[in-house]
Amino acid sequence: MNLTIFVLALFDGIAYAALVFIVALGLTLIFGVMRILNVAHGSLYAIGAYATVSLTGAFLSMGFAPVFAFPLMLVSAILVGVLLGGPIEWLLLRRIYDKPEVLQLLVTFAVFMILEDVQRLVWGSQPYFQAAALQSLGNVTLFGVTYTVYQLILLPAVALALLLGLRFFLRRTVIGKLILATTEDREAAQSIGIDADKVFLLTFIVGAALAGLGGALASPTTSILPGMGADMIVLSFAVVATAGLGQIEGAALTALLIGLGRSFAVYVWPETAVLVPYLIMVLVLLVRPEGLFGSPAARKI
Amino acid sequence: MNRLLITSALCAALPMAALAADKPDALKVGMTTFLTGPASVFGVPARDAAEILVEDINANGGINGVPVEVTFIDEGAGAEALTSEFRRLVETGEAEVMFASISSGNCQTLAPLAEDLEVPNFMWDCGTQKIFEENDYTYVFRTQANAAPEMVAAVAYLLKTKPDFKTIAVVNQDYAWGRDSWDIFSTTLKALKPDVEVVGEFFPKFGAPDFSTEISRLQALRPDVILSTSWGGDLDTFVQQASQRGLTNTSTFVLPLAESSLERLGSSLPAGHIVGARGDHYFLHPERRDDADFKAFMEKYEAKTGDVSVYPVFHASQAFAALQAAYEKAIADNGVDWPSKEQLVAAMDGLEFQGLGNPVKIREDNQGIEDQLMGTTVQTGDYPFATLENIMIFDGDELTTPVGEVSIDWVGGLDAAFLDGLTVSTFEN
Repeated sequence: MNLTIFVLALFDGIAYAALVFIVALGLTLIFGVMRILNVAHGSLYAIGAYATVSLTGAFLSMGFAPVFAFPLMLVSAILVGVLLGGPIEWLLLRRIYDKPEVLQLLVTFAVFMILEDVQRLVWGSQPYFQAAALQSLGNVTLFGVTYTVYQLILLPAVALALLLGLRFFLRRTVIGKLILATTEDREAAQSIGIDADKVFLLTFIVGAALAGLGGALASPTTSILPGMGADMIVLSFAVVATAGLGQIEGAALTALLIGLGRSFAVYVWPETAVLVPYLIMVLVLLVRPEGLFGSPAARKI
Repeated sequence: MNRLLITSALCAALPMAALAADKPDALKVGMTTFLTGPASVFGVPARDAAEILVEDINANGGINGVPVEVTFIDEGAGAEALTSEFRRLVETGEAEVMFASISSGNCQTLAPLAEDLEVPNFMWDCGTQKIFEENDYTYVFRTQANAAPEMVAAVAYLLKTKPDFKTIAVVNQDYAWGRDSWDIFSTTLKALKPDVEVVGEFFPKFGAPDFSTEISRLQALRPDVILSTSWGGDLDTFVQQASQRGLTNTSTFVLPLAESSLERLGSSLPAGHIVGARGDHYFLHPERRDDADFKAFMEKYEAKTGDVSVYPVFHASQAFAALQAAYEKAIADNGVDWPSKEQLVAAMDGLEFQGLGNPVKIREDNQGIEDQLMGTTVQTGDYPFATLENIMIFDGDELTTPVGEVSIDWVGGLDAAFLDGLTVSTFEN
């Protein structure tokens, strides 16, 4: 393998890892704070993508410039967080925090199934494609290979900004500290006057919005079609489990590990590209069942 | 004396009664199609088409006065649910004839079941060539071509339009169709043009949302030709990402199933790439587009769905045309009001029928012989998506593996003379 191929595989791996990380971030945040593995995260991802495509399509047909697609991604993510994340936590999850984990898993899985059918009902079964945002940023050519600025620069930049932003939010702001305190010990937090219900609701909305944002950011690069959420939940769960559930920085490193592993596989031995993320997961979990960065006590499932 | 006469008359009539059947209130057909899952890009258009076709048949008095009724079964529900639903429809008498199916895997499951249940079954869309090569069937027929002629047509068109290319890479979905179609395509290509070099073989997973890494790799490899037999969302994503990154400017794409994605791909599929249609299926079919029945159907379909017709629509039309032709032939051959199952099956042998494409013929091994249409994309501005130019329609007889031979061996034994001997009708657009 020469240096050029090494660098090319590196670029591809980083671009892929960025997207996976953004989705995994919401999943691991929700788990870290609420101790719930939210299978419906996959649907929220898909709905974020569908919403972006529909909104962008509508705005473009009204004559707006393609650059409006970017704020619309944020709008879609917030809509997913508030309109779906909020009611899911408030109406369903709130009732089952003290129930067995299996039940929690089944409830979020049921929500996932319901939302999958809702997507079909609203958007039908034909694939959508809306790449205005990606096209508006143009391409760069490196080593004779053309990349889109969107995938090579924007996605990793957004992923990095989210990682740093979330770290800052959790450690330096009052709300973030309230979330951390509730994560540490819910009862103790409540006894000193923290409204744990509100903290959980907020966390879930933020987590759901991150899923929606992942979908929104993915939408210009891929076909939006039924079933896309299922794929993403499996992959982001692999990232989150390998990192250790609830580990935010760990998820970033693992996403990178899995992204790079996959892209090097495509260059070296394409037949194994599908296998690599799960191979990494199995190897890590064999050695460290709690995940790369997890502590044994944090494990729940 | 009178009683004796009546009894003997009845006895004389008995053999006839046993052979023919009573005219039913309706001819009930069960059709399996994907209403959910990724393959619903084929299944839903086929269902919409079936509804129009049945409406048309019934508006013209049905088949010998008997109206047709269709029940749809969702193939997306999984093989187990599909099998039990198929069995239930047949055993409760809710279907006299079955149309199954889109997925080759489902065809391989349902063909033996149809044979066991002794129900006439039309394989109306699935591609695997193996079914009639590995088994003999009495009740199972294919009202369309199979993977072998489809891939041979793609190779033939590629060699006729771009004879001097040197390198090829493949990006196919990682499941039976992706692998089998590449087997047939590459074997045919090596037989007809032995000096071609395969520089890359990629089989990303079925439903993969991202082909960026494969595209980077292909840009570094710079093959003359890139083949992809992918379909639906996978094909859309692959072509879109390739076009975004300029890969469509440096390599010629051969996309044997892209006729079904033309409208969705819009301007992303630029001019100069090779597109196939799994048969002579194209909403601007050069030999059929001026025919009144064709035009009327296309208008109805567009009015109903808002989209142009894609190949599963044509496949559905062939299944219903075969149904109508078979019943009419069986009725005429036997001089009955309504044929028995045996009479219907007998009528299928050598049956000729015409759906929306050119006429199709059922061969002695129950395989349909269907022409193949290939073309090159062009963005004319008449439609907001690519249409085809330099269209070639290949004669189905010459492309289809002879009876009793195994496709992969047959295509491996072809030589350059085969290419020159093909009967081709060429149309500018």
